[in-house]
Amino acid sequence: MAEIIRLTDVCKTYSIGGEEVRALDHACLTIRDGEFVGIVGPSGSGKSTLMNIVGCLDVADSGEYLLDGQSIANYSERELARIRNRKIGFVFQSFNLLPKMSAEENVELPLIYQGVRASERRRRVAEALERVELSARAKHKPFELSGGQQQRVAVARALVTRPSLLLADEPTGNLDSKTGMEIMRLFHELHASGNTIVLITHDENVARQASRRVHILDGRVREVEA
Amino acid sequence: MSIWQSVRMALDAILSNKMRSFLTMLGIIIGVVALVVLVSLVTSTSDSVTSQVEALGRNLLNVSVLDDKENPIKLSELRDIADLPEIRAAAPLAQFSATGKNGHTDEDLNVYGTTAAYGEIQGLELEGGRFLKTTDVDNSAYVAVLSHDAADALFGRTDVTGESFSLDGRTFKAVGVLEEDDSAFAMLLGTKNVYIPYTVAERMSPAAAAVSTLYASAEDEDSMDDAEAALDDWLLHRLKLDEDAYMLINQSSIMDAMGTIQQTLAYLLGGIAAISLLVGGIGIMNIMLVSVTERTREIGIRKAIGAGRGSIMLQFLTEALMVSLLGCLIGIALSWVILQIVTFAARSIELTFTMSAGVVALAVGFSVAIGVLFGIYPAHKAAAKHPIEALHYEG
Repeated sequence: MAEIIRLTDVCKTYSIGGEEVRALDHACLTIRDGEFVGIVGPSGSGKSTLMNIVGCLDVADSGEYLLDGQSIANYSERELARIRNRKIGFVFQSFNLLPKMSAEENVELPLIYQGVRASERRRRVAEALERVELSARAKHKPFELSGGQQQRVAVARALVTRPSLLLADEPTGNLDSKTGMEIMRLFHELHASGNTIVLITHDENVARQASRRVHILDGRVREVEA
Repeated sequence: MSIWQSVRMALDAILSNKMRSFLTMLGIIIGVVALVVLVSLVTSTSDSVTSQVEALGRNLLNVSVLDDKENPIKLSELRDIADLPEIRAAAPLAQFSATGKNGHTDEDLNVYGTTAAYGEIQGLELEGGRFLKTTDVDNSAYVAVLSHDAADALFGRTDVTGESFSLDGRTFKAVGVLEEDDSAFAMLLGTKNVYIPYTVAERMSPAAAAVSTLYASAEDEDSMDDAEAALDDWLLHRLKLDEDAYMLINQSSIMDAMGTIQQTLAYLLGGIAAISLLVGGIGIMNIMLVSVTERTREIGIRKAIGAGRGSIMLQFLTEALMVSLLGCLIGIALSWVILQIVTFAARSIELTFTMSAGVVALAVGFSVAIGVLFGIYPAHKAAAKHPIEALHYEG
């Protein structure tokens, strides 16, 4: 199967208050098409930095990152935005929906940035909301939806561009365990229908549901045999 | 992202914070109203004044003799002036007041002693009868031409050609009645006028003993400068080379001066209004900067799901531009209402205040420039935000 992600010797250093913090230390990671990978690590382990680099929100200091066979070094901000738009679907812990827009408008937004025509947008938004079983609440604003529903809207927004990779950062962190389970069930369904999913969490129990687990500690990435 | 999408996003943002948007717009609204109303008032007023002065004749020369050097100008000398090749016609004007009487009606009237040429020089229009003729002047005939208001005051009607009345006890026959003159100038100078032959005026008033006021016309507007020079030359020689002995006024130079004053006034008021528009622009920038900070997280989200620098820049720039343009449109509408009200209030002096396309275009252009100028910095600040930091912003 084709490689979606290949990180080789990726390093990233931040300076916080004059002190150098090595967030990623020669990290290597390969993720193939259709995999469901859980990345587990305690806070401060570098998992957020890993997600930012994998999600093309940030660029590595050194090392190579291939996304879909494309090297992500030396891209301009504009090109990174384009890659985020087309290849990556983000799901955040705090949902990150735009509060003044309805569910369908939130889902539509990435397609607007892609320049998709209105009729096509409508069709795909309806399809994505159908996928997360929220068609009935399309016109509702985020504050009129429950936490679980908001997260499902966020998943629909991530799916609507048909990305190569679904990148979820603690997607169940702000939800009670029952709704968290529902969201995880949704991820399983998406995995079953062929989506590649990377799930970042500090919770070993959540990570265990992924088909493959990777540990991260002090900026070093290590495979966990299932 | 298309322009249409950014316009929609901008409208959503403006409408989601109506009070704030309106207050921001208010600066632009006031600026635009100041600009459009002030400039329209100046141009409409001066257009109306200009057209009235123009009605007096653009090819008119007016002479006042201040010192005749013990040698008064005679009526016969007017012919010498009229014979100058650059001058088409010349007429003296002697003014005094007299009491007009018809039956039991008494009326104070302005009497003008002049010649036949005066009617042509001033372009007087007749309602009935005729103006003075050269034979009337030569024969010192007791005939008179009445203004519309004078006829109305004396006879209570205006079809009075052929009827008699008296001026300071002398009996005159009315030979003509002028059309009603309701210009602001006529209001100023009085409208109850009677024109009589200069030779008759000489007998009635010392004002006509010597020619001290005269009017002359040039062949046309283009030869005004030549005519002015020729008349000036004639007067200078006639009055012993004393250029302080007379005053020669060229009507077209008055027009030019008025045009300059009007333009200066329009620029001045327009400039002041432009400053208030500028202040409105600073208000827009202020609010946009606050808005960019408040919406840091939104910017982060948009960037994460694929908005590039350009899209974010366009979104915020469009928002600033929309605020300024909406303010401009409201301002123009308001200006129109104000000008209608002023026109209604000023209906007695028959002034119509209109908004010229030029000043509307100026207001729109200025507002666009201000929206862009003061929108660029906040929009740039929004676009330059780093997606990760913006996403973690807790506002």
